[in-house]
Amino acid sequence: MLFVILFGSSYILYNLAAISGDPLEALRTSREPNAAQQIITLTRELNLDVPPPLRYFIWLRGILGIFVGSPDFGEARTGQQVSEMIALAIPTTLRLVAGATIIAIVLGISIGIITALRQYSRFDYAMTFVAFLLFSLPIFWVAVLLKEFLAIQFNNFLSNPTISPPWLIGLSLFSGIFWAAILSGDRKRVLIVFSGVFIANAALLQVLSVTQWFADPGFGPIVLFLLSIGVAFLVTHLSTGINNQAALRSSLAMAVLTLVLYYPNQWLFEVEAKTVVFPLMVLTLFAVAATVPLLFSRIDRGPIIRTSILSAFIMGLLTVVDKLMQTWRPYMETDAVYYRPVPTFGQTNALLEPGNFWMTFLDLLVHLFLPTTALLLISFAGYVRFSRGTLLEVLNQDYIRTARAKGLTERTVIMRHAFRNTMIPLTTIMVVDFAGIIGGAIITERIFGWFGMGTLFNQAINSLDLNLLMGVFFITAFLAVSANLVADLLYSALDPRIRAVSRSK
Amino acid sequence: MARKKNEKPNETVTQGGENAIQNKEIEGLSQSQIVRRRFVRHKAAMTSVFILLFLIVAVFTSLEIKLGPFRWRGWWQFKYDELLELRTEGCPEGIVGCPTLDAVPSFIDGTPMGLGRHPFGQDDIGRDYFAMVMRGAQRSIYVMVVIGFLAAMIGTVVGAISGYFRGWVDAVLMRFTDFIITIPSIIIGSVVGYHFGNLGVGFLAFYLGLFAWTGLSRLVRGEFLKLRELEFVDAARVAGASNRRIIFKHILPNAVGVIIVSVTLLMSGAILLETALSYLGFGVVAPDVSLGSLISQYQDSFTTRPWLFWYPGIFIITIALSINFIGDGLRDAFDPRQRRRLTKKDKERARAQAKIAANND
Repeated sequence: MLFVILFGSSYILYNLAAISGDPLEALRTSREPNAAQQIITLTRELNLDVPPPLRYFIWLRGILGIFVGSPDFGEARTGQQVSEMIALAIPTTLRLVAGATIIAIVLGISIGIITALRQYSRFDYAMTFVAFLLFSLPIFWVAVLLKEFLAIQFNNFLSNPTISPPWLIGLSLFSGIFWAAILSGDRKRVLIVFSGVFIANAALLQVLSVTQWFADPGFGPIVLFLLSIGVAFLVTHLSTGINNQAALRSSLAMAVLTLVLYYPNQWLFEVEAKTVVFPLMVLTLFAVAATVPLLFSRIDRGPIIRTSILSAFIMGLLTVVDKLMQTWRPYMETDAVYYRPVPTFGQTNALLEPGNFWMTFLDLLVHLFLPTTALLLISFAGYVRFSRGTLLEVLNQDYIRTARAKGLTERTVIMRHAFRNTMIPLTTIMVVDFAGIIGGAIITERIFGWFGMGTLFNQAINSLDLNLLMGVFFITAFLAVSANLVADLLYSALDPRIRAVSRSK
Repeated sequence: MARKKNEKPNETVTQGGENAIQNKEIEGLSQSQIVRRRFVRHKAAMTSVFILLFLIVAVFTSLEIKLGPFRWRGWWQFKYDELLELRTEGCPEGIVGCPTLDAVPSFIDGTPMGLGRHPFGQDDIGRDYFAMVMRGAQRSIYVMVVIGFLAAMIGTVVGAISGYFRGWVDAVLMRFTDFIITIPSIIIGSVVGYHFGNLGVGFLAFYLGLFAWTGLSRLVRGEFLKLRELEFVDAARVAGASNRRIIFKHILPNAVGVIIVSVTLLMSGAILLETALSYLGFGVVAPDVSLGSLISQYQDSFTTRPWLFWYPGIFIITIALSINFIGDGLRDAFDPRQRRRLTKKDKERARAQAKIAANND
C-alpha cells in the first residue's frame, strides 16, 4: 500500500512539475552564439526528448535502486548529487523542527487540558481566542514581528537590563491574571491568587532588574535547590499524589542530590573527554533515580520509580540550564557576538571561535530561538484545541463517572483515567504532525536563513530542477506515508477497541 | 472545586429544570431552525459574521470595478496603481509617505479623528497604500472564495460517490485522494503557482481549488458510509428512488453540517495558503497585488515604515479569524449533542419553577 501511494503521488507531482515550466526557455530566447549547442546538451542531460509521463520512469529506475542497495536520486542542475544535498539538509531541518514540535506538544497539551477542566471559564474563552488567533496568523508575518521584538528590542534591552516600572507592572498584571484564571474558584480565592502572584512576580522582577540578572544570569546552588524542591512536589503531585510519602521522599532525595552534586557537576561539565563523560552522567542520573526509591519503599515500587526518574530528569535539565546561563556572559562578551546575543538570521555564528563546547551549544540554542518560537506559535494552537476536545469527550464517558462514583480522588480520575485515554488519539496526531512539518518548514527556513529541506525545495522550483524536487518530495512523502502507517499501528496497539473492530471486518 | 460541591444538593432539581428548558426551546422546530437559533446565539460567530460582511462590502466597493458595460466608480479617490506625489508634511524626520489615519479622538491629542488623504500611508514610489491594501484584500478574498467553492464541489461529489457506492469505486477514488493528500499543499501551490501565477489570479485560484478538496472528501465519505446504513435510505430505495436522488435528496442534506463547517475552515486555510504562496513569489505577481505579496515586498521596511507591514497583516488576520470563529459557531450549531450553556438567570428560573411545581404537589 505504502509503495502504491508513493508511486501514485510522485507520478502526479512529476508530471505537474514537468508541465509547469520549460528548463530550455531561457536558452531559447538567449542570443548567445552557442545557444543551440547548449540546448542539445541540456536536452540530452535531462532527457527532455522523452515526454514527461515516460521520463518519470527514468527517474523511477534510479529510485528503485533502493532495493538493491544503491538508490540513485540523480544530479541536481548544479551538478551535485541530490542524495548528498538531502543528507546535508535533513539534520538542519530536524534540529529546527524537533524542538518546536516537542515544546508545542508539551505546552499545547497542558493548556488544552486545563481549558477542558475549566470549560466555559474565562480562561477557556481567552485560550480559545488565542488559539484561533494563532490559527489565523501567517507565519511570515509573525516572524517579522518576532525579529523586531524578540531580537532587536530584546538585544537593546540586554545592553541595559533594567526593567522599567510600566513593564514591571504590566508583566506582573499579566501573570497575576493568568494564574488567577487557571486556579479559579470563588471571588475571594481569585483575589488572593491574583494579588499573591502579582506581588511575588513584581518583587522577583524588581530583584532581577536591580541585580542586573539578565546581563549575567544563573541559578547558583541555592536557587537550584529551591527549584528542585518545587519540581519534586509538583511531579509527585501529578504522578502519584502528594499523599504517597515514599514517592515524595525519593523525589526530595533527588533534589538534595542535585544540591550535593552541584559543584562536582560543574567540574564534570568542563572535563575534556566530553563524549565519554556526558553519556555516563546521563546514565548515572537514571540509574540513581531508579535505585533511590528502593530505599523508601518495599511495595508498589513502579509508580515511585517513575516519579523519581521524572523529577531527576527535570532537575538534570535545570542543572544544564544553569550551566548554559553561566556561559551567557562570556558568550555575550566574545567579539563575534558583542552584546547582541539574539540573532535574526542564520544557523550558527560563523565568527565564533570553535572549541568551547558550551559556547557552541549556547550559540546553537540562541540561533534556534526565533525560528522555534515562530513554529511553536503556529503549531501550538492545534494541540490546545485538539487535546481540549478529546479530553472533554473522554470526561463524558461512563467509565469516568464510574471512577468518580468509586470515590477516587479527582487527581486519580483526571491523570489516570481521563488523561491516558486522551493521549491515545493525540499520539497518532503527533506522529503525523512531526513528519508533515519536516517538509512544511519552507517559509520558516527562508525567513530565518536556514539551509534545510524547505530551502532545497524552493531552489528546485525556482530552477525547474526536477531531480532535486522529486528527491525532496520523495523523502518527505516517504516520511509522511510511513508516519501514517506508524500512527495506525500505534493506535491499535494503544487502544484495544480498534483491534477488535478491524478483526470483525 | 469548592463551588461544585456547594452546588451538588440542588443538582437533581436543577437538572430536571435545565432539560425542561432545553426541550421546550426546540419544541416544534425544524432542524434548520434549531441550527439557525443556535448559531445566532453564538456571540463570537455572530460578531464575526458582521465584521466579515462589513469588510467584504467595504473592500469590494472601494475601488473601480468594470464588468462589461457595468462600471462602478468606487468610493475611494485613488487607484491602486496610480503614482502620486509622496507626502512629507507631518511625518517624522527623513520619512516619507507616512499614514494620515488618526483614530484618536480630538479631546486626547487635539487633532480630530479622520482618514486624511492617505490613511494607510504611501509605498516607496508614492502609490496610495489604502488602495493597494483594498486591492490586495479583494484578490485574497476572491482566491479564498474560488478555492472554497471548487473544493466544496469536488470534495462533496467525490466523497459522496465513494461513500455511497463503496467497493471498487471507493477504492479507486480514495487511492487517488491519498495520492494528492500526500503532496503537501504548499508544494502543489508552488508548482502550480509558478506556472499559472502570471496568468492572473483567477487561474491560480482555479488550479489551487483543483487540489484542495482531499480532506473534505474523506470527511464526506465517512459521513456517507454512516448515513447510507440508516433506515430512511432503505425506505427511499424501497420507494424506488434512483441512486442520484438518494445521494442528493436524502443523504446530502443530512451531511450538510459536516460540509459547511469543513468548508469554512478550508477557506481560512486557503487565504493563508494564498498569502504564503504570494510571499514565496509563486502566487499573485506584480503589478497585481495581494495581501501576502504586499507583506513580502515590504518586510524589510518594518523598522522605518511599519505601516507598510501592519495593515496587510491586520487584514489577513481579521479575515481568517472571523472565518475561523464562524466555523466554530457553525460546528457548535450543527452538533446535535451540543447543549446551550445555561446562564445563572436560566438556572435560577429553573430552580424557581421546580420549587413552584414541588409546592403545587
